[in-house]
Amino acid sequence: MLIDWSHFTPWSSLAGGMTIGIAVAVFALLNGRIAGISGIAGGLFRLQTGDIGWRIAFVAGLVAAPLVWQLFHSLPTFQIDTGYGILALAGLIVGIGTRYGSGCTSGHGVCGLSRLSPRSIIATLVFMGTGFVTVYIMRHMLGG
Amino acid sequence: MVNISAMLAGLIFGLGLILAGMADPAKVLAFLDITGAWDPSLALVMVGAIAVGSVAFAVASRRNRSYLGLPIHLPTARVIDKRLMLGSLAFGIGWGMAGICPGPALVLLGAGSSKGIVFVAAMLLGMGIFEILERSRLVDRPKMGGHI
Repeated sequence: MLIDWSHFTPWSSLAGGMTIGIAVAVFALLNGRIAGISGIAGGLFRLQTGDIGWRIAFVAGLVAAPLVWQLFHSLPTFQIDTGYGILALAGLIVGIGTRYGSGCTSGHGVCGLSRLSPRSIIATLVFMGTGFVTVYIMRHMLGG
Repeated sequence: MVNISAMLAGLIFGLGLILAGMADPAKVLAFLDITGAWDPSLALVMVGAIAVGSVAFAVASRRNRSYLGLPIHLPTARVIDKRLMLGSLAFGIGWGMAGICPGPALVLLGAGSSKGIVFVAAMLLGMGIFEILERSRLVDRPKMGGHI
């Protein structure tokens, strides 16, 4: 294992993680819910009355984050080297997979691990595992 | 008030993702590339988020209602089934292909990235397909019961 020290950002990543934790705390203690992005966004397709407003509000806050950030600071680079075709396929798989698996990096990875939920611990190990394997195949076997 | 706190939570979440480096797909892929030049930063995102999150859930799980008087909805499912396993397996593949998971996808959309927009459109399509399949599954179930 070769650590890329030049790109290692321990402090901003730790601070960003704690900020995400604060968002999770606000949502759990005020709204009484799990801040799982795939569940919040996916639930919009259910069209249940009284259940739509807070979902739209949360998603709107998330989408507005880079705009609010820009009021104080220029945005860091968001580098996407993946081509459009692979991106669309990846998005489709992420959409279906997170809904079948009942969560993503936020719902299982952050909230579930914080609650020591056995389901979330398993789910996180599985998607981290397939994430590592997929990157290995794409970068080191297919050379993409 | 409920919608304001939800929007605030989403906003803080998004700012955290940007600060953490999670909204940069190249950085996420560098974290997932353990056999290459590995950038372990994102492990610290999880450490920071879980450190704060675990305190929040310890408090929330002891309460019947939230500070806004809403019922506390914490997941109660315990079964580790095929859906959880296969869904998470697929999610990891998609995540590894692009380095984008649902939260950062929505941040990239807000940043006006054309690739982010394509990813979000495809992701929402996937979520929509799931709902359609779920609905037909729930409709089919009593019919199947009738045959047996």
